[in-house]
Amino acid sequence: MASRIIGQSRKRLEDPPLLTGQGRFASDISFPDQLAMRVVRSGYAHGRIVSVDTSEACALPGVFAVWTADDVADLPPIDVRLTNIKGLAPYRQYVLARDKVRYVGEPVAVVFASDAYTAEDAADLVVIDIEELPAVLDAAGETGDFAPGLPTEVIVIEKGYGDADAAFKTAQHVVSLTLSVGRHSGVPLETRGAIARYDAKHDMLEMYGAAKVPHWNRDQIAIMLGRERKSINLYEGHTGGGFGVRGELYPEDVIACYAALKLGRPVKWIEDRRENLVACNHSREQTHRIRAAIDAEGHILAVEDEFFHDQGAYVRTHGATVADLAAAMLPGPYRIPAYRAVGHIRLTNKTPGGTYRAPGRYESTFARERLLDAIAAKAGISPVEARRRNLLQKADMPYDLRVDTLGTKVVYDSGDYGGLVRKAIDATGWQTLRDAVATRRKAGETVGVGLAMFVEKSGLGPYDDVRIELSPSGAIEVITGAASIGQGVETVIAQICAETLGAAFDTIRVTHGQTDRIERGLGAFASRVTVMTGEATRRAAEALRARLLAIAAPLMQTDATQLTVSDGWIARTDGSGPSMAIADVARSIDATHGASSEASFESSHMVYPYGVHVALVQVDRETGGVTVERYLVAYDIGRAVNPMLVEGQITGGIAQGIGGALLEEFLYDERGEPLSVTFADYLMPTAHEIPPMDIVISEDAPSPLNPLGLKGSGEAGVNAAGAAIAAAIDDALGMPGLITRLPVTPQRLKAALAAR
Amino acid sequence: MSEKTPITLKINGRDHKIAVEPRRTLADAIREDCGQTGTHIGCEHGVCGACTVIVNGEPVRSCLMFAAQADGKAIRTVEGLAKGNELHPMQRAFMDHHGLQCGFCTPGFLMLAVGVLEREPQISDDDLLDVLSSNLCRCTGYQNIIKAVRAAAAEMRGAS
Repeated sequence: MASRIIGQSRKRLEDPPLLTGQGRFASDISFPDQLAMRVVRSGYAHGRIVSVDTSEACALPGVFAVWTADDVADLPPIDVRLTNIKGLAPYRQYVLARDKVRYVGEPVAVVFASDAYTAEDAADLVVIDIEELPAVLDAAGETGDFAPGLPTEVIVIEKGYGDADAAFKTAQHVVSLTLSVGRHSGVPLETRGAIARYDAKHDMLEMYGAAKVPHWNRDQIAIMLGRERKSINLYEGHTGGGFGVRGELYPEDVIACYAALKLGRPVKWIEDRRENLVACNHSREQTHRIRAAIDAEGHILAVEDEFFHDQGAYVRTHGATVADLAAAMLPGPYRIPAYRAVGHIRLTNKTPGGTYRAPGRYESTFARERLLDAIAAKAGISPVEARRRNLLQKADMPYDLRVDTLGTKVVYDSGDYGGLVRKAIDATGWQTLRDAVATRRKAGETVGVGLAMFVEKSGLGPYDDVRIELSPSGAIEVITGAASIGQGVETVIAQICAETLGAAFDTIRVTHGQTDRIERGLGAFASRVTVMTGEATRRAAEALRARLLAIAAPLMQTDATQLTVSDGWIARTDGSGPSMAIADVARSIDATHGASSEASFESSHMVYPYGVHVALVQVDRETGGVTVERYLVAYDIGRAVNPMLVEGQITGGIAQGIGGALLEEFLYDERGEPLSVTFADYLMPTAHEIPPMDIVISEDAPSPLNPLGLKGSGEAGVNAAGAAIAAAIDDALGMPGLITRLPVTPQRLKAALAAR
Repeated sequence: MSEKTPITLKINGRDHKIAVEPRRTLADAIREDCGQTGTHIGCEHGVCGACTVIVNGEPVRSCLMFAAQADGKAIRTVEGLAKGNELHPMQRAFMDHHGLQCGFCTPGFLMLAVGVLEREPQISDDDLLDVLSSNLCRCTGYQNIIKAVRAAAAEMRGAS
């Protein structure tokens, strides 16, 4: 039997270079003779471009070129990657603004200079004359026109099943809420960057600084620049966080590539933080008008939700993803006999939107779980009891939700939701916790507990390929089309390969994010890598193992079924006789190249992990400040390949969830001027704001859709954080339904208390 | 632009003789002029701490200091923490406690923690939390960073 590696908290293969200053992040890449690129951005939220005067900038010593829209007139707008829905195309963004600007931060011109300081000086000299137009800033308010004949309501997403109208007519009670979530984003610590160069000898355009989806971006850049895809390569180095935003195809990436071709010199673009906060995708901002029809005992009969998604100024690569997921995933773990969601995707004069970790679910979980709390209040039962009465049961699995998203039918593959609630309640010491809260309240403290549940999705297909190469020296390379944004892909894939193949963990190198190493790949998003790349790896490793045993069997004078592989050595299962290194077998196959195998995993269904969040908070009635004192997440992941990394994903997500619940928000003034343009305005949690966290990893419901039972963990920590914290604040203040908007800033909470 | 001035940056015991404009930040000079790219720039306005290095024994934000101000001073960066192949206890502790994910903020946290613990080995847990809350991490949720620094602090105290 091969030694167990899957399921162990192995230390990460990724860590040594990152700990010793040998990382290769985008800004660490440089080429001789490179030009620094600086983007000149709109200072107006909405306006007509009257003129762009680049003469003074061009005259500055060290400036090589200054471009405006005319210089990139050949380039089409950036296409949509996800959600192939008709009607999005006219709203896509050109790489430099033509005629109009639609948000503060929109690229209008671009400077190429000898170094970054000179480029920034020159950018200040570009004079953009803009005739200001009124800005549309409220996606739930009046719509406007994007262009003549194109309203700012891009599309309306509708999903549902059953007869909701009939249920509302006959219901004992109807519970209605209006809820909103603020504008947040992933804000990775590394800003974006793109370094492009053209190698004339090989007619090859290269871009470094790729992340997340290098193959798709390579293909799109090829289309936009009119080049063969085989004449472009993208290279992913280290990536300083992803969270949905990093690695999508942005205007700056395309401009850098085009400039490297046109100007004949390498071009390096590194975003600064202010740019990052106004130009990299935003997310989240939604307003939900949700209602439930219930019976006298609090059983849900129907749910209806109309929501407004603030997409910002343009439709970007994610298309309708966020609103589509919000509508599809809103039902969560509950039995909802009839359901209708209507999601309005609307443009505003703000930074364009995309996905941010648990896109659409942070928002719709907040809406649904607030609704469950309101149902509990209406039915006169506890929030936990309201959930218990409505949860889907283990026997319901697999459960067809009767809606689809991202080209897949939503079918919960496995789950024991009630079982996980019990685990969460046991792990928190629920009664002890409630007693402690009661005691502290008597002593005058304002403390409370909130609980929220969710179903997560992961493992989006449709495919992933893996090639494993075993060299004659015994070194193993796993080549994937996945990407790493810091989550530990190399370690997890190496664990799956090592155990399946029977190789030593530390002999494995995992290659990802290099378009010249594998024909196709889908990258890292939607908590997909461990599931899709992991299963493709298992298949390739299994095939290679079978081949090695078949070759070794005659050499070892036995049958392949009598052999096993562990730690790189083939031995008889009964322990008798000599053993043989897999390297020796590889050499016997091909002394120069060794042995290799390839496999694909195709899947048209996602897999659905699920979780419970519990928050304990203290509220300061004087200041409106909220302190999260303790946080628990119980999460059923099916099978945890590396529990330490799963916990790391969840704790990191909790921190982002707490940020979104209490601190983080992109605010704008009435003209559309962004007010959150530094880390002093866009407040992310520090070590002070994050409490001790307990993570319960459960493996009760392995996925039946892949042999290892894998599901993803990337978005578990953030998903229900807004919902759980809102419930805890309500509980602390003894005011059910008080919190209707995230983030709950001290100012807002004070105002809400004053209004009561 | 203005004239460049010759200065010497002593980074991890090695002299780098460079010429910089007065406005050049220490972070840019360390990275671009001296080629030591382990020091990262996360915000350029002194909030995130990714660019933290140790100058004359004090952790400083190298994006808020001009290179000229560090002329001749002893600068330590993440590249100087390990002794050959032997990791510094702080580096080892970050690996053992999974105190890093993407690794971008890590050099700043390492230099902040090492700088403070060398100066104040007996620092209380509360004060240590205050210190660590001056840098931002977007991946880990901090608890593993705190565990790592506490473990390394105990080891560093034992070693001194």
